[in-house]
Amino acid sequence: MSRSTKKGPFVAYHLLEKVNRLNENHSKEPVKTWSRASTIIPDFVGHTFMVHNGRLHVRVFVTEDMVGHKLGEFAPTRVFRGHTMARKEEEPKT
Amino acid sequence: MPRIAGVDIPMDKPLRISLRYVYGLGPVNTMDILKEANIDPQKRAKELSEDEIARIGNIIDRNYIVEGSLRRQIQQNVARLKDIQSYRGFRHRRGLPVRGQRTRSNARTRKGPRKTVAGKKGVKELHG
Repeated sequence: MSRSTKKGPFVAYHLLEKVNRLNENHSKEPVKTWSRASTIIPDFVGHTFMVHNGRLHVRVFVTEDMVGHKLGEFAPTRVFRGHTMARKEEEPKT
Repeated sequence: MPRIAGVDIPMDKPLRISLRYVYGLGPVNTMDILKEANIDPQKRAKELSEDEIARIGNIIDRNYIVEGSLRRQIQQNVARLKDIQSYRGFRHRRGLPVRGQRTRSNARTRKGPRKTVAGKKGVKELHG
């Protein structure tokens, strides 16, 4: 079920504060954050976020198209490097 | 045979069924359209008068996105997800389920026919 409109989009408060501060200073410094669940709001456009993926912070540059998505959507948490090659001749089971 | 919404030619089934041959119209939409056009849903497409066909076409044109433009819209939405490097876009690209479903088993609609990997545990018994 989607979130009630009454509440507005979820953005972690500390993140919102920080971006507001950056906007006042017209600064575009990368913002390091662990808050993957925060929605990208129009104020974020043009900023760079360092979104935690569980291991390190992934650089995410926010464009207009990303508004409405969550920050976590742009920082993959899993790396898939293909399957291992099949082992030769397994013992036949009886 | 009557033509509705461009190229679609529904047959001699009741209208509430035959209208669903238009891409983008389902059971509910169809009933809504027929109600607005004031046409009996059980009437067959071949019994329609020119005027009735025009009325249905008009309502669809005005209120619904169907066929080519609907397909294009969906295509664009997917392209957008791919474009912004989102997780959902990535899943679309890989042809895997997009909404968090399991992939250990099932997910055959997205993944297509099974690709058996030789030497994998259990394969030998299966093809014994």
